[in-house]
Parts: sequence; structure tokens; C-alpha cells
Amino acid sequence: MSVHLSHLTLSHFRSHQRTRMVFDGRPVAIHGPNGSGKTNILEAISLLSPGRGLRRATPDEMVRRPQALGWKLRAEFATQDGPRLAETWAEPGQSRQVRIDEKSTTQLALGSLAPMLWLTPAMDRLWLEGAEGRRRFLDRTTLSFAPDHAAQVLAYDKAMRERNRLLRDGVRDARWFAALEAQMAEAGARITANRRAALAALADHADPDSPFPMAEMTLDCTAPDDLASALAENRARDMAAGRSLIGPHRADLRAVWTAKGMEAAQCSTGEQKAFLISAILANARALSAQTGTAPILLLDEVAAHLDAARRAALYDAVCAMGAQCFMTGTGPELFAELGLRAQAFAVAEKDGVSQLSEEYP
Amino acid sequence: MADARDEIDALIGQFARLPGLGPRSARRMVLHLLQRRDQALRPLVMALDRVAQTAQPCQRCGNIATAPICDICADPRRATGEICVVEDVADLWAMERGQAFTGRYHVLGGTLSALDAIGPDDLRIPQLLDRIASEGVREVILALGATVDGQTTAHYIAEALEDSGVTLSALAQGVPVGGELDFLDDGTIGAALRARRAF
Repeated sequence: MSVHLSHLTLSHFRSHQRTRMVFDGRPVAIHGPNGSGKTNILEAISLLSPGRGLRRATPDEMVRRPQALGWKLRAEFATQDGPRLAETWAEPGQSRQVRIDEKSTTQLALGSLAPMLWLTPAMDRLWLEGAEGRRRFLDRTTLSFAPDHAAQVLAYDKAMRERNRLLRDGVRDARWFAALEAQMAEAGARITANRRAALAALADHADPDSPFPMAEMTLDCTAPDDLASALAENRARDMAAGRSLIGPHRADLRAVWTAKGMEAAQCSTGEQKAFLISAILANARALSAQTGTAPILLLDEVAAHLDAARRAALYDAVCAMGAQCFMTGTGPELFAELGLRAQAFAVAEKDGVSQLSEEYP
Repeated sequence: MADARDEIDALIGQFARLPGLGPRSARRMVLHLLQRRDQALRPLVMALDRVAQTAQPCQRCGNIATAPICDICADPRRATGEICVVEDVADLWAMERGQAFTGRYHVLGGTLSALDAIGPDDLRIPQLLDRIASEGVREVILALGATVDGQTTAHYIAEALEDSGVTLSALAQGVPVGGELDFLDDGTIGAALRARRAF
């Protein structure tokens, strides 16, 4: 049985003054006009996982204006072992707090409740923009398979920042450099191995019959196998640049639509979106196979670039997986193919406050 | 002349600056001392004064001592040929509480951190090299934190000792004594698995 979100309450969270939703485990379709507060619901759910949520916003940015009282989210997950209660909130100017089953805990502990994957319109330009966004996407995917990946990335970043400081300060202590480069090499090797394993898992769980073409994704990483030696050899060049020029922090995610032999960046907007959808679905299938639990999916404005046939295929794939998938769109017609297989909610905005109602066929 | 209340507030302020204490606990401590002048306040003043007069860093290992050479360095039974390198005195005390190590220590006084402007010259690494040559050391045990800074420092010392002929070792990482796997974080479990040994 998959874990699913059964109750969600948003208090003074962005446009929601007080919104309470009850879910039965089916996919959830949320429709409403632009600016009505649909994505805010998805963002609230994303905050039930570690990190800054799908908008990467700070706690103060999530405060409902003009009251600025702070915000709170309360959620209940239905699990095989019974209900789990999760609460997260932030007072004005304070960091986010977390409580699970009425005990204070860290954000990382949220990761134990339910795996979560998301796709937002901001990611539509993933294949066109800089490598940083693609690395973040890849690392989030990798983290879903390898829980230690975050610690490795943090360790690598810390050692690299230390090395960059030595480079900028013109320090020439070879032993100090070597000590930091050994740390970067150790964490870097694990990061690269984790990323490659994640891409292999996605490839293994791609659906060849899906109308969403799976791009062949490869890690474009110039970091040599012996990173410590390469960093040592590159010190003079790095010193001139004032930063480390090689390593997994410079890796990129490359995607090629093999059927057409085209780089993702050269494909149409709809095709690029399809690559992302196929990657998310493959990620979800791989996680289901690995853990026995389908992850919660958050697909923001996912239907916007899809024709009716592809929308139906997406909904079929989500339902076949048994995943609780939260989707948003501007109108109910975008979710017509789901029929009774999903719960439907309508969101409207009145006097700056989101109003939510569940719709029954 | 300062008001008594000002003096007490200043004392509370001094206590509140100590590690692990805040204004509330500092107020409770000061009130406790004032209510028990003979039993608590005066003995504390005398103890503080004595420590202020006598405490000094051991010239050999960097431990805190009441003489130029600390008890551990002065004890010939601890000349086992093993030196345990620790970051600070608190770590030395932690090792001593374990009563498992019978050799001598070397306190570095911190760890390398370029971001905090702590370099090799700020640590007692040259003194460690001198001791290895003069004390017939056979093994150096690196008991440094499993942090990036701790491990960078360990790598640095390891390279500095490369040609010294001593055996280098580091503390193991993994399951604590009496610990249950269920309560360990993923990183610790991974480290324990990698450091597994024949049973």
C-alpha cells in the first residue's frame, strides 16, 4: 500500500487564510484561474519534504500579507502503520520548524514520511538554461534514490569553498591544498557514482510504449577519475581564476532524443516538457520498485502544453502506478480524461483570499 | 560608586556569556550564589582565583595543567610510544573519560579552516613533529572530528608525517556502544558498514 496524504490544513500560508482538504488517495486535480492559489497548495505539500519546497522560497516569502503573522501547515499521512501527523510552521523572521507525531524534529526527518517528486513550469526551460538548474534537478532525482547524496554534496561544497578561499588568498601551502583536494575527491567520487546510478535507474524504468519520449540522459562530467591529482595539476589555472574549474560541481545533465538524434535543447517546447514528464514518471516507477511505495507527485500546470491524447496517457500512467498525484490547471476540462479516477477541487480568489471547494461529479 | 544592582547585572552578564548558559540560567545561578554566600559563592570565588593563578597550557601537549608539564606528560607509564592527536582540550578530556587510551596526547588547538582564517601556523603541528622526533613515537592516532575541517586537518597531518616513519591511524566511525541501528542516521550506518570487520 502506498503512503498518501489524507488531510492538509494551510493556515495563513500565502493566499490561503485557512484551507482544509481531505484526500482519499486518488490523484487530485485542482483547477482555477491564474493567481487563485493552486500552486500555493502544491508548494505547501512540497514543504512536507526536506528543503525549501518547489518554489525554493524563504519562510518569510510564504507569509500571508498584510497580516504577516507567520504560517502553519498541518498534514496527516495514511501509512501502513497508521496515521502520521506532520506539522511545519514559521514565525515571522524565524526559520521553519517541524514536528512529526507531536515531537519536534529536523526537516530531514520529513524525508521518512513520503517520497515526493515535483514538476513545475519553472522547469520547462531546464534544457535551455544554465547547467546549474539541470544539476539541481539531477541531484534532487539522485537524492530520491540515495539518502546520503545530500551529505556528500554538502561535504564536497564545503571542501571546495575552503579551497576557493585558499586560491583567492594566494595561499601556496601544497599540503593544505592536497588535504582539501583529497576531501573533494572522496566526496566527488561518491557524488558522481550516485548521479550515474540514478540515471541508470531512470533508464531502467523508462516506459518504451509511453507517448512521452524518454530522452537518453547522460552525465556530462569532465571530472577525471583521479580528481585529487587533476586538482593538484590544475592549481595554477584555478589560482588565476580564483575558483575550482574542474570537478562534479561543473557537471551537466545532457539529454538527447535518440529517435531523432536531437539534443533536448533543440526540441520543441512540448517535446522538452515530455522529456521532463517521462523522467519524473521513470523516477516514480523506480522508487516504487525500490521501496514498494509510489511517491507523491506534484505536477504544477502539467497539462498546459499537452494535447488531449498525451493528457490521457499521463493520467493513465499516474493511475497505473497508484501514485497520489496532485495536478493543477486553469480549467476542469484539462482533467476530463481522469473522470472518477481523481478527486477534483476548484480554487477561486476573493478579496485576496483563496476559496476552495471540492467538486463532485 | 556603582549600584549593587549594576554589579549583580554585570555578573549575570558574565555568566550568560559562558557556553551553554543564557540570561535565565545565569540569573538563577547568581541568585543561588547570593543566597548561599558561605557554602557556594566564597568557595567558588576561591576556586576561580586558584585556577586563574595556576592553570596554564602544558608546554608539551597543550593540555591544561597546573604546572609547566601536565600530569599525563609527566607520567613515565604513559610513554607508550603512542600519541593521540585531538582538536582541543575538551576532546582530550573525553578520551580520558573513556579510560581506553594509555599513551600521551597532542592538542592541536583547532582545525584547519581557510574560511575562518585558521591555517597550519595557528595549530600546534610543528610541536607535534618535534615530539615525534624527541619522544620515540611509534604511532600517531588521529582522533579528529568526522567533519570536513577535521578530516582536512587529518589529511594535512598525515602528509606532514609521511616521511617520519611512524604508524598513522584514525578513530573508527560507526555504531556507538549500546546503540541501536534504528536510531542511527544514514551516514553513520554507511560508515559503519564500510568499516565492517571479520567476526
